[in-house]
Amino acid sequence: MSTSALRALARPIVDDNPVTMQVLGICSALAVTRRLDTALLMSVSVICVLTLSNVSISLLRNHLPRSIRLIVQITVIATLVTVVDQLLRAFAWELSRQLSVFVGLIVTNCIVLGRGDSFAMFHGARASALDGLGNGLGYALVLVLVASVRELLGSGSLLGVPVLVPRDAGGWYEPAALLLLPPSAFFLIGGLVWAVRSWKTQQVEAAEPVPEAAAPEPVR
Amino acid sequence: MSHYLDLFVRAAFVENLALSFFLGMCMFLAVSRRVSTALGFGTAVFAVQTITVPLNQMIHNLLLRKGAWAWAGLPEIDLSFLGLIISIGVIAAFVQIVEMTVDRYFPALFRTLGIYLPLLTVNCAILGGSLFMVERSYSLGEAAVYGAGSGFGWALAICVLAGLREKLEYADVPDGLRGLGLTFVVMGLISLGFVGFAGIELR
Repeated sequence: MSTSALRALARPIVDDNPVTMQVLGICSALAVTRRLDTALLMSVSVICVLTLSNVSISLLRNHLPRSIRLIVQITVIATLVTVVDQLLRAFAWELSRQLSVFVGLIVTNCIVLGRGDSFAMFHGARASALDGLGNGLGYALVLVLVASVRELLGSGSLLGVPVLVPRDAGGWYEPAALLLLPPSAFFLIGGLVWAVRSWKTQQVEAAEPVPEAAAPEPVR
Repeated sequence: MSHYLDLFVRAAFVENLALSFFLGMCMFLAVSRRVSTALGFGTAVFAVQTITVPLNQMIHNLLLRKGAWAWAGLPEIDLSFLGLIISIGVIAAFVQIVEMTVDRYFPALFRTLGIYLPLLTVNCAILGGSLFMVERSYSLGEAAVYGAGSGFGWALAICVLAGLREKLEYADVPDGLRGLGLTFVVMGLISLGFVGFAGIELR
């Protein structure tokens, strides 16, 4: 693999991370991170859908009139997500039930549509595949980080294996129940954004209150 | 009656789509800088959600559910795997119709809401509402109440956040936390408040 391809793959992982920088795909990043195994499954599904949809959209791009591009993109994505959803139901029923509607919601996951519309529409299939893979990995990284913290401190285990044995199972660890509640995901991602921006200072937002029209709206 | 009231309160507060299921977050962050825009967008979500959830319930029950084609002598047919693609199609089509109607008959409203309407298609709160409706097999009446309740809860949450964000622009916070980071923390606090609604039941 050449250096430029490697760079295209690595850029969205930290510098231009879909969750902390582009503010895309937050919904599922917060919702499935109570446990590590659901987060991993969700990451794998998103990586597959994102890569495949980027490639398909990039292959279709020269035949798509601009006015109907969104409908076609949504149909391509919804088809891929239906396939992933059916596969999960067939081979991982228990986990797919815990993910509940969130696999279906990959359709409206802004990362998939955002990358399709802003990148795959203008680049070749190979570059789009790398972009999809890179963004998928960046998303997966955030999910896994948040899910590890929540599962480890919230229930004292990782992937269901007890690491810090909780007190009611005869151990010493008092589980922090707050981390199992939805608000903790907001705090963790907020903290993560803070940490990343303290490290990569060029990502810090402007201090002046930005007028509505000038504010960069995320691509949907 | 009290069953429907309970469902409404549960959908709006206890199981708030934005704060406990994290749906529609991208919009939530993008349009919550001003109370006025948040209010407009919240109203649009409320309106679309109230109509599309019962609409999708009818489509699911009459066409897609296993056994829905029994009247035609095809009891074995189960089209529920098409649910996802049909739901998003219905939502996209309905949003388009709303946009055209508002543009034609209420031009003043269109000028305030116009730019947000197309975005509703990709709002996960709306698709999520329809998917939850299927997963919990609501009846038509329940679907209508659930749609209205969850839309109302979403609109309420975005207005609260916008109000707080307007004030926070004057706050002096660490550089890295400014903007997105702080918004997350504030949202966490609001969400923590909504956890207090857990267990409320009107019977």
